[in-house]
Amino acid sequence: MTTSSTAPASLFDRWREAYARAGEREAAFETVSSAPVKALATQADVSGTDWERDIGLPGQFPYTRGPYASMYRGKLWTMRQFAGFGSARDTNERYKYLLEHGQDGLSVAFDLPTLMGYDGDHPRAAGEVGRCGVAVSSLRDMETLFDGIALKDITTSMTINSPAAIIWAMYLVTAQKQGARLGSLGGTTQNDILKEYIAQKEYIFPPQASMRLVVDTMEFAARQVPRWHAVSVSGYHIREAGSTAVQELAFTLADGFAYVEAALQRGLKVDEFAPRLSFFFNSHVDFFEEIAKFRAARRIYARRMRERYGAQDPRSLQLRFHTQTAGCSLTAQQPLNNIVRTTWQALAGVLGGTQSLHTNSMDETLALPTELAVKVALRTQQLLAYESGVANSIDPLAGSWFVEDLTNQMEARANEIFARIDELGGVVPALEQGWFQREIGKAAYKYQRELETGRQVIVGVNKFVETGGQDHKLEVLKISGQTEKDSVAALAALRRERSAAKASAALERIRVEAGASVNLMPAFMQGAEAYATLGEMVDVLRGVFGTWREPAVF
Amino acid sequence: MDEPIRVLIAKPGLDGHDRGAKVVAAALRDAGMEVIYGGLHQTPEAIVEMAVQEDVEVVGLSVLSGAHMHLFPRVVELLAAAGAGHVLVSGGGIIPAEDIAELQRLGTGRLFGPGSTLRELVDYIREEVGRRRTAARSA
Repeated sequence: MTTSSTAPASLFDRWREAYARAGEREAAFETVSSAPVKALATQADVSGTDWERDIGLPGQFPYTRGPYASMYRGKLWTMRQFAGFGSARDTNERYKYLLEHGQDGLSVAFDLPTLMGYDGDHPRAAGEVGRCGVAVSSLRDMETLFDGIALKDITTSMTINSPAAIIWAMYLVTAQKQGARLGSLGGTTQNDILKEYIAQKEYIFPPQASMRLVVDTMEFAARQVPRWHAVSVSGYHIREAGSTAVQELAFTLADGFAYVEAALQRGLKVDEFAPRLSFFFNSHVDFFEEIAKFRAARRIYARRMRERYGAQDPRSLQLRFHTQTAGCSLTAQQPLNNIVRTTWQALAGVLGGTQSLHTNSMDETLALPTELAVKVALRTQQLLAYESGVANSIDPLAGSWFVEDLTNQMEARANEIFARIDELGGVVPALEQGWFQREIGKAAYKYQRELETGRQVIVGVNKFVETGGQDHKLEVLKISGQTEKDSVAALAALRRERSAAKASAALERIRVEAGASVNLMPAFMQGAEAYATLGEMVDVLRGVFGTWREPAVF
Repeated sequence: MDEPIRVLIAKPGLDGHDRGAKVVAAALRDAGMEVIYGGLHQTPEAIVEMAVQEDVEVVGLSVLSGAHMHLFPRVVELLAAAGAGHVLVSGGGIIPAEDIAELQRLGTGRLFGPGSTLRELVDYIREEVGRRRTAARSA
């Protein structure tokens, strides 16, 4: 048992003795990240906390209680379900369905060939087209994806990283062709390449070249598309890859600071781009650990942005984030239980002050979600927002000795990790050495072993297992091989119908500018307009930048 | 078991989710097997070439992208063509039960889905390789 040491002596001692006499049940009393949890927090645990300096009020530095003064009293979080599968046409229909059911913004999942910069007719795309997202090989697919949806009226989040600049260029051109001005467009490109090397592993080019592309988008957004969030610094995938909560927090913020430093090096001013940086975190099963993580993230960020980078615009200091519940916490066994897990993970995101939220569907360990499962997931957010009452008071857990103490611990442990990354030479050198990858791999393996010894419990998997009887059977969404055949045919038609001269002129411009110190966004937009394909543009960049293979560590 | 079992763990296709592959690689290593980690984004051709060069008895593939019906049979087929049809092809990922049945019919060994334990996996590989070794000796 871990307890506080300096609470008012007699009362606390009396409790401690009584506690010892009562004894503990058989359990590890650790978070899902294997961090020990105190039996009881008291005022003594937060005796070093200065309430104004460390916690403050919502919308005030250091923003521990939330980035905005009114939080959910002013506007509820955005309910944003990530979706995409099959062809652009299929996904377009799902989007219209979601918008009709009260979703506020769109979130695009791309298929693996698109994420890796291959067209649907590339040999390496075989078997993968439209499987876990929508296939977008050219401007024509992008136009189909948003057919009948006015891009000036919605915000769109796109989960795309290595080829993000090119896909964003296609989106911008699609919007322009609808008659929208760039300045009116709102949305987010994930565009967080560092976490690709660290966790998600969908990289193409070497780290330095990738960082240049990210800074190109940050610069272009700051100057031309000011409502766009060019980078969503993402811890989600770091956590899904097996990190602990504090690793997720520290690695993600370290990535964010690396982008800030790269943009400053380009000559941008911090208050020119930082107001549009946003973050994306996981909400895992340990309820209070997650809430503390979100609150600590805001405080660490505000302090570093002001103290180290000299940011003055309050929006540069306010960490805003999207949350997704933890896909890796879902179980194939007894899948209805996943609705319940997702509910309290979503609640942790809300109590942590998230700006937008994706709730996972119960069937995601089996396949892409069915329409029914997606609807239940969206309804979960609506139930929290409109029935539970939790959105009525801002940051209701502030001042809880336990939560404030956990928040302090999160900040202190993240600072230790920042120091370690600095020793390794910074984020890029550390990932080139495979340090992050090894740390995450160790944490994932440790967790798996703790599951097998029963130290960590998952209901339905290593406790309360249903033997003999059949688990609840879910319908599974099937993606037909037809999407791939259609994609191959459509690309052949596109290459036949477009102006070959315009496409090759655009590709040549990309080749020349990739080798020079020029912002590549205008060249990518020209490429998109000329219907040069994603694969063609990425190939040109591969020729100039080379490709990346990670050190094999496990 | 006389000699340590040699296993190649690889991720075919474009999917980068390597948590499962790495956890399994570490568990097999700790169970005394010789593990070659083939890394990410491999083509079936490259995986089979590695398997033959490294003279492994087991190829473990991890696929979470939905492309399993394309990738697993391709590796089985190429191994047979390379004269390495004796190699056990096992693995796991997000694979619906009916697809597992079909893949096994096409020549893979057991495939492990979410919620499988490392213990099950290690026991299965030991047992299956033991069976294949005995069969090879008596042949």
